[in-house]
Amino acid sequence: MNIGIALPARLAEIVDDFSLAEGSEKLEMLLQYSETLPPLPDWLKGKEAEMEAVPECMTPVSVTAEVMDGGMVFYFKVPPESPTVRGYAAIVAEGLHGVSPEQVLSLPPDFYLPMGLQQVLTPQRMNGMAAIVAHVKRLALEQISKQ
Amino acid sequence: MSTGYAKPEYLVETEWVAAHLKDPAVRIVESDEDILLYDTGHIPGAVKLDWFTTLQAPLERDFLTQAAFEKVCSEAGIANDTTVVFYGDKNNWFACYAFWLFEYYGHQNRRIMNGGRSKWTMEGRLTNREKPSFPRANYRAKKPDKNIRAFREEVFKQVKQHLPLVDVRSPQEYTGELIHMPGYPQEGAQRGGHIPGAQSIPWSMAVNQPDGTFKSASELRDLYESHNIRQDQKIIAYCRIGERSSHTWFVLKYLLGYPNVKNYDGSWTEWGNLVGAPIEKVTTSPKEKAVVA
Repeated sequence: MNIGIALPARLAEIVDDFSLAEGSEKLEMLLQYSETLPPLPDWLKGKEAEMEAVPECMTPVSVTAEVMDGGMVFYFKVPPESPTVRGYAAIVAEGLHGVSPEQVLSLPPDFYLPMGLQQVLTPQRMNGMAAIVAHVKRLALEQISKQ
Repeated sequence: MSTGYAKPEYLVETEWVAAHLKDPAVRIVESDEDILLYDTGHIPGAVKLDWFTTLQAPLERDFLTQAAFEKVCSEAGIANDTTVVFYGDKNNWFACYAFWLFEYYGHQNRRIMNGGRSKWTMEGRLTNREKPSFPRANYRAKKPDKNIRAFREEVFKQVKQHLPLVDVRSPQEYTGELIHMPGYPQEGAQRGGHIPGAQSIPWSMAVNQPDGTFKSASELRDLYESHNIRQDQKIIAYCRIGERSSHTWFVLKYLLGYPNVKNYDGSWTEWGNLVGAPIEKVTTSPKEKAVVA
């Protein structure tokens, strides 16, 4: 799976924390993440329609990226009635905060499998995570091609 | 309020639920697509029955066994004479699926809360995060009622005899453009299209927006009869995994009173992956169908 590719430090910590948690603890942690998804920054308020939709995701998810000091920062908007997807977005936003576009792009697409969420959520419910990961990689690629 | 529904006693409004929150004869059950939604706040006193992790068998594609169902009900404090009210997200898809499963195992008193979780929330009604616990009941389930469940052999017969099938998926899934629903790549199939002869009547045509309540009896009757889906027929409804079709099954059986309706829970994730199953695709317009195998 991820052998040989080091994850960004904070993301690696999050993956470890989940992999060590058992059963319903994983769900509680995901719920906590969903509650920490930061609100949109002021400069994005009122501009939600200009954010990019993640079309693969059944839940209406929007994402925008900016680059600060060479690292990417992702902002997500996910409705409160989709806490599972909010949790995924919060994990990605926190785990990839300040990471270079190249590092985002080289992220293994299945980096989240060791977290074991598919065991408690069922694999059917992991679609949102896959969609979000694919989309942040696309945004990273855009940044690289601008450079 | 007269709704004209054939069996209105199977549907309750949010007001009714709000007035029965402490009724010991009533158990409120939330069934959602999103497994964490209940935990963010739910109708006070409601218990969560998760479709994927609680109500299905882990090692076989089937529902939980009769013994496991008895255990789940007993632990939720549901007795054989409890009135169980189901509600959930996504316009009550999984609430209807749970309702259907409770009928499958012979539970008598079942209700759907019209409009589901979104209506309750939109009305600003009380929610909390307390996980209630109820005295353990001693639930005894009946043998599965196969009259409401279609297996693939029966679907083959239905096709051969030109009996009605209702495909409640999105139009793109019906035509065969998509082999999975947008956003659900893990629930795909090897072939796109629909079961030969099936009528396309997306589940969403049975509900009002934005609150997800069911349309009136006369609107519903017009909808299904205009597609030649009539009361005197043996009908099978299907979708992708059986949850949206249990919503339509509820409409046909309880709101319109059609006596002979089955849910094909194998649905497209079985049929579209089944070796040797015939499929139709729509190439241009629904009137010009091309049979592809």
